[in-house]
Amino acid sequence: MTDLLVRPTSESARQRLVKGALRSREIAVFVILVALIAVATVRSPNFLVGSDGWRDLLVTPSILLLLAIGQTVVIITRNVDLSVGSTVGLTAYLVGRLFVDQPGIPIVVVALIGMLFGAALGLVNGVLVAFGRVPALVVTLGTMYIYRGVFLEWAGSDRINAGDMPSGFLRLGTEQFLTIPVLTLVALVMLVIVGYCLRSLRWGRELYAIGSDPAAARLYGLPVTRRVLGAFVICGALAGLAGVFYAARYGTVSSGAGRNLELEAVAAAVIGGVAIFGGSGTVWGAAIGAFLLVTIDRVLPILGIPDFWQRAVVGGLIIGAVALDRVLSLRRERQLRQARDDARSGS
Amino acid sequence: MAEAASGHPPILELSEVAKSFGPVLALRSGRLEVGPGSIHALVGENGAGKSTLVKVIAGVYRRDGGGFRFRGADVDFGSTGESKNAGIAVIYQEPTLFPDLSVTENIFMGRQPTRSGRRIDYPAMYAEAERIFGRLGVAIDPRRIADGLSIADQQIIEIAKAISLDATLLVMDEPTAALSSVEAERLFTIARALRDEGRAVVFISHRLEEVFGLCDTVTVMRDGAYVGTRAIAETSTDEVVSLMVGREVADLFPKAEAAIGDVVLEVDGLTAAGEFHDIGLTVRAGEIVGLAGLVGAGRSEIARAVFGVDGYDAGSVRMNGVPVPPRSPRASIRAGMALVPEDRRQQGLVIDQSVARNVSAAIRGRLTTLGLLLGRAENRVAAPWAGRLEVKTSALDMDASTMSGGNQQKVAIAKWLATEPKLLIIDEPTRGIDVGTKSEVHRLLSDLAGRGMAVLMISSELQEVLGMADRVYVVCEGRITAELGRDEATPDAVMHAATHVGGHLAGATHADEKVLA
Repeated sequence: MTDLLVRPTSESARQRLVKGALRSREIAVFVILVALIAVATVRSPNFLVGSDGWRDLLVTPSILLLLAIGQTVVIITRNVDLSVGSTVGLTAYLVGRLFVDQPGIPIVVVALIGMLFGAALGLVNGVLVAFGRVPALVVTLGTMYIYRGVFLEWAGSDRINAGDMPSGFLRLGTEQFLTIPVLTLVALVMLVIVGYCLRSLRWGRELYAIGSDPAAARLYGLPVTRRVLGAFVICGALAGLAGVFYAARYGTVSSGAGRNLELEAVAAAVIGGVAIFGGSGTVWGAAIGAFLLVTIDRVLPILGIPDFWQRAVVGGLIIGAVALDRVLSLRRERQLRQARDDARSGS
Repeated sequence: MAEAASGHPPILELSEVAKSFGPVLALRSGRLEVGPGSIHALVGENGAGKSTLVKVIAGVYRRDGGGFRFRGADVDFGSTGESKNAGIAVIYQEPTLFPDLSVTENIFMGRQPTRSGRRIDYPAMYAEAERIFGRLGVAIDPRRIADGLSIADQQIIEIAKAISLDATLLVMDEPTAALSSVEAERLFTIARALRDEGRAVVFISHRLEEVFGLCDTVTVMRDGAYVGTRAIAETSTDEVVSLMVGREVADLFPKAEAAIGDVVLEVDGLTAAGEFHDIGLTVRAGEIVGLAGLVGAGRSEIARAVFGVDGYDAGSVRMNGVPVPPRSPRASIRAGMALVPEDRRQQGLVIDQSVARNVSAAIRGRLTTLGLLLGRAENRVAAPWAGRLEVKTSALDMDASTMSGGNQQKVAIAKWLATEPKLLIIDEPTRGIDVGTKSEVHRLLSDLAGRGMAVLMISSELQEVLGMADRVYVVCEGRITAELGRDEATPDAVMHAATHVGGHLAGATHADEKVLA
């Protein structure tokens, strides 16, 4: 028959799982990450085995992890948020100022204020993109400079030092729970929450639909404007939380805080299999991508690779990831065309 | 009328509906009344306002005036979501699926079944999708992504959406345009089943044989207005055609006799996997050759490959006996080819630039003075062409985007005529052009052929092909299934070849002849 081009798979749920896993980008990137850690550990056992090594391995990526989650939510809707680096810096400074101006303020309250502040900055992006119908690349490039400018104006030559912040807050940067650093734990909780929402809630799936074909989403009657707005707010809130982390982890906040983090977040998402044109990819992949990026930064010097090549490796990784996507999708397209041909000539 | 006879109040009542876009009046007074348990045909020429009316029903557009009642209540939909919630499902000409998501998610997006905590119940969703597919008699893996589905299967997904929505009214806007006859028949079976459940179906099609085979009532529109409604049992194709056209068909297609010269284009054994196979055709000087077939049969792909926009796997293209290298539009232009693509706004014109700049675009290299392109030179080249084509534009520096479809098409043609081609390939020359301007485009093509140009015209409009072409090649599923001279090219012969590969389904001929005659 010519009309049945696709037959239902006769494979069991287990077969499907195995096949899916073999094709999954998340697992491929995870394997590279593990291999990298293994090589580094063989070269210098302290990288993994020492208590500091273990802790650094986990805690260093936590800031980028949060940003990569937020960036993924936005990229899935076929947008991008380049202002998150500036949001991190601005929020980190706000956190410091709060501790300076309101001594004794509870840490939880500060963290919440940080997230709310980030969410507000995300809302500005969202409003401009969703209502102004201006491409997100342009809008967030603009707000990236604006937020950075506000930061410079506000802070002046002032900077927040470790002494300005309570020791309980700074301890968060190093504290562990069941050998897992607290910051990493919080970031992982966020990862699970967002991952769950994107997979299992209606609005999460609608974000994918919007990114997959924005025009069809409007025709379909999905609340596109509201969803895009929401995606930017989530991204902003996570960037705000990342700013709180930044203050806790590094202790000092100067005007350069968070610079270039936005591009690393995009890179982490892309390496983790999030399609830059929206519609596909998961936060799990982006999270592994974030771990990989940060770990590479630390492993390559151990392997004695010169500075220049370290940057180039990261660049190669990004281009490799995109090229891989392209090759795979071309192959799939060819297979589908072939299948259609076969179905026709078989008629 | 059928709905009056059945005694049920109509589900959908539209009266005096008007809609304009800026100065363009797309719909003057649309009227449509559809009863439950009925398949109602909406017919009319391109530009008659059918699609605009559909979009008003769907909530894509808000009407400027007129009455709109659904299930007995006045409604005014501000969004597609509202009409959907009210129980209206619309299948558009182009299926609107999310390519990255599974077919099941495409069906249930925004309405997924949930478990506690508003969590999407995937197993229930897949099971429901499988149930709907079973009911439709199709075997589609509910977990596969929508990307790469054939148009027929995409339409099945759209129908599955409508069924899962439990829609009271299903509107199908030219659903069969790109389907083979087997696929179309499957769609009709589904439509009849929906009708028998008491739902109302509005069916838009250009193929009158389908209308007469499937529907019980037909409403005709012309030039944005309601013309009349007839029960199918009490009317004939002749009556419907005369209502649609409102004038003699012959007036529309002024093909003048022209002296046929030597072979200009010679295509032999052209093949691109998955697109078309073993295409052989010739076009002579002074000849208009039609390339007929259904949407999606591969005609545009053939044209793009001949012109060198896309590559091909095997075969050859010759201009005046000289081979033209593949994948090089520049070489094709040098060899004397010109291609006016189907999608004017996207591919044919730089829509936000002036008429002069558009006309001179293809020969820009020749107009430069010391490497600079002067506006004066552009205007100098553009003026005679715009004059000859009667492009109605007050000034050459007017933006192409502000002109009507017909004038845009003339500018797109003028751009290529400026290269002085020997062969003009033109894809859907009159799509989206109003009836009056259509004949101007036709006269222009006929003129060009009369002056010795070879014209290869792709058209989905049967009347256009039959009226204009000296010879017709019919393409079906990527193969040429017939070559017909002007005398042999009857609607029957073309439609038959367009829906049958290599003599399959010969039994269906009889039915075709009856309704097309």
